[in-house]
Amino acid sequence: MTEAAKQAAPNHWSPLARFLRATELDTRLLGMIGALLLIWIGFHLLSGGLFLTPRNLWNLSVQSSPVAIMAAGMVLVIVTRNIDLSVGSMLGFIGMIMGVMQADLLPKLFGFEHPAIWMLTLAAGLLLGVVLGAFQGFVIAYLGIPSFIVTLGGLLVWRGAAWWVTSGQTVAPLDSRFRLMGGGPEGAIGAAWSWAVGAIACIAVIALLAHGRTRRKAFNFPLRPMAAEAFLGGMACALILAAVAIVNAYPWPAGIVRRYAESNHIALPDGGLFIAHGIAIPVLIAIGVGIAVTFLATRTRFGRYVYAIGGNPEAAELAGVNTRWVIMKIFMLMGLLAAIAGAISIARLNAATNSEGTLTELLVIAAAVIGGTSLAGGVGTVAGAMLGAVLMQSLQSGMILLGVDTPLQSIVVGAVLVIAVGLDIIYRRRTG
Amino acid sequence: MDPARIPLVDMRDISLSFGGIHAVERASIDLHDGEVVGLVGHNGAGKSTLIKILSGAYRRDSGAIRIRGEDAAIANPRDAKKYGIETIYQTLALADNVDTAANLFLGRELRTGWGTLDDIAMEAQARQVMGRLNPHFQRFKDPVKALSGGQRQSVAIARAILFNAQILIMDEPTAALGPHETAQVGELIKKLKADGIGIFLISHDIHDVFDLADRICVMKNGRVVGTARVADVSKDEVLGMIILGKCPPGAIAGPGAVAQV
Repeated sequence: MTEAAKQAAPNHWSPLARFLRATELDTRLLGMIGALLLIWIGFHLLSGGLFLTPRNLWNLSVQSSPVAIMAAGMVLVIVTRNIDLSVGSMLGFIGMIMGVMQADLLPKLFGFEHPAIWMLTLAAGLLLGVVLGAFQGFVIAYLGIPSFIVTLGGLLVWRGAAWWVTSGQTVAPLDSRFRLMGGGPEGAIGAAWSWAVGAIACIAVIALLAHGRTRRKAFNFPLRPMAAEAFLGGMACALILAAVAIVNAYPWPAGIVRRYAESNHIALPDGGLFIAHGIAIPVLIAIGVGIAVTFLATRTRFGRYVYAIGGNPEAAELAGVNTRWVIMKIFMLMGLLAAIAGAISIARLNAATNSEGTLTELLVIAAAVIGGTSLAGGVGTVAGAMLGAVLMQSLQSGMILLGVDTPLQSIVVGAVLVIAVGLDIIYRRRTG
Repeated sequence: MDPARIPLVDMRDISLSFGGIHAVERASIDLHDGEVVGLVGHNGAGKSTLIKILSGAYRRDSGAIRIRGEDAAIANPRDAKKYGIETIYQTLALADNVDTAANLFLGRELRTGWGTLDDIAMEAQARQVMGRLNPHFQRFKDPVKALSGGQRQSVAIARAILFNAQILIMDEPTAALGPHETAQVGELIKKLKADGIGIFLISHDIHDVFDLADRICVMKNGRVVGTARVADVSKDEVLGMIILGKCPPGAIAGPGAVAQV
C-alpha cells in the first residue's frame, strides 16, 4: 500500500469502514440514500403496502422531475453564496408564454398540431429562460445588487407578468407532441427502450470506472482496490437495472390500452394487454440535466470557478477568475433550467396557468439544502440536491397517500427541512 | 548600478485614495532583474496598497507603471499575470474548499483535448512543485482548509512560482511560518533571485529584509520616505525612517521624508 492509502485507512477501523473508504464513496450521500429508504419503507408500512409499488414510484419519479431539474442549478447558485427566489415565478411566466405560443400564436401560422409547433415553442421558452436569467444575473453580478433582493423582486415581477400574458386566463389544451414532455402513458419510452437506456447507462458506468483507473495508473497514483471497483460498478448497474425493472412493471391503464388497441386494430386478449410505461420522458430529461450539470460542475473550468468563488470570492478574483461573468452564467443556467421545468410542468397539466410553480422556489432551495448544499457557500453536489428533491417529493406524496391534511403536510415538510439540516451540521462537525 | 539599465518594474507617482483618504500618494518605486527590494513601514503605511496596484487588485487613480520600459495597462489580476507578475498575498488568497492542485491552477487550469479539466495532470504537477517546497507534503486530496498554516503558505508560494513569474510580490510571506520554514523561504528567495526574478518583499520584520533585500524602500502615511541600498544604511536608520520619516544621508529621499532642519 502507498503512504497516502495507509493514512486514509487506519488499522483500527472495522473492515466495513475500510472497504467503504476504499470505494471513495461520499458517506454523506450514502446517509441520504439510507434516509430516503427509511422514509419509503415507513410510508409503505403505514399505507398498508401502497407506497413501494411500481405505480407510485413511477408517479414519484415524474413528480420529482421539475424540482430536481431546478435543484441541480440551485446548487451552483447557492455554492457561490447567492440565492434565486424567482425560479417558481419564472417557471410560471415562461410556462404561460409557452402555453400561449403553442395554443394560440403558432397554430394561427401553421395550423393546429403542426410538428414545428412544439419545437418552436420549446426553443422560445428555453431562450426566454436564458434571457431572464441573464438579466437577473447581470443586475446581480455587474450592478452589485444582492441576489436575494434581485430575485425577490423577480419572484413578484415574473408572477405578475405571468398573469398579464392572458389576464389570468388558463391556456389549454396544449400541443400533443409538447405534452409528451409531461409524462403519462404516451410520454414514456416503453419497455424495450427503457432496457436499452439501462444497458447504455451500465456500459457508461463501467467505461467511466475503467477510464479513471487507466488515468490513475498512467500517473502512478494510488488505485482503488479491484474489489472496490467491482463493488461500485456492480452496485451502480444493479440499481440502474432495478429502476428500469420497476418502471417496466407499471402497465398502462386498461382504458388507454383499449383505445390504443382500437386505433391500431389489435385484437384485445381476454386478460387485457400488458403495455409497460417504461421510463417517463420528464425523468429522462431530469437525468440528462443531472448528468450535464454534474459534468459542468466537476469537469469544466466553469464549475471549478463556481466552487472557488464559493470558497473565497476574493481569492478567485485575485487568481484572475472573471467572477462576475461566472455569476452571470450561473443565473443564465438557472433560467434555462426553470424553463425546462416549466415546459414539463405545463405539459403534465396539459394547461398553462398563471399560478404554476407558486412556492416551488422554496421546494427547490429546500431540496438543495437537504442535499448538502451549504448556504455559507462552497459546498454542494448536484446529485445530493436531486436526491433531496426526490426526498421532499416522497414526503409529500407519501402523506397524500396516507390522507394527511394539507396544513399538516406543510408542518411536516418544514420540520423535516430544519431537522435534516440540523443533522447535517452535526455530521459535518463530527467528520470535520 | 548601471544607470542605462532599464528597470524591470518602474512605478512612477502612483496615487490612490479611498473616499478622501490618501492610501498611496505619489509613490515611486522600481525593481531590476534579479533584485530583491524590501518594502517596509508600519501597518497602514500603504505598502500593501501600492503592491496591490501592481498586482491588479486595485486600480490606481494616477501615475504610470512601466514593465521593461513599456507602459503597462494593469486593470485587473488577469492583466498583471500576463506581464509575469505573481503575488503571494498576506491573506494567502486560497479557495479553502478545494484541494491543493485546484488552488495552484486556479484561473489557469490544465485541460484535456476535450476541453475538460485535466485533474490528474494538474495533481501530478502539483506533486512536483510541492515536493520542491515541502517534501513531506502528502495531503493532495484534502481541501486546503484542512492544511496547517505552514502548508497553506507553501501552497500560496507554489502557486506563485509555478508559472515562471518574472516579477514576484511577496506580502509577508513568512507570517504564518515557524523558524525552520522561514529559513526555507529565505533560501527560496535567494534561488529565485539567482534565476533573475525580481522580487518585492513586504515585511514588518526589518531583520528579514536586511538579510534578503538588495534595496529597502520605506513608506509612511502612504508616501515613500526614501529608498536605500541595504549596504548604505543601518538598521537604526531604517527604523528612524519607519517611525519618524527621517531620511538618512545614505538614502534617496522621497516625497514622504520630513524636511531636514
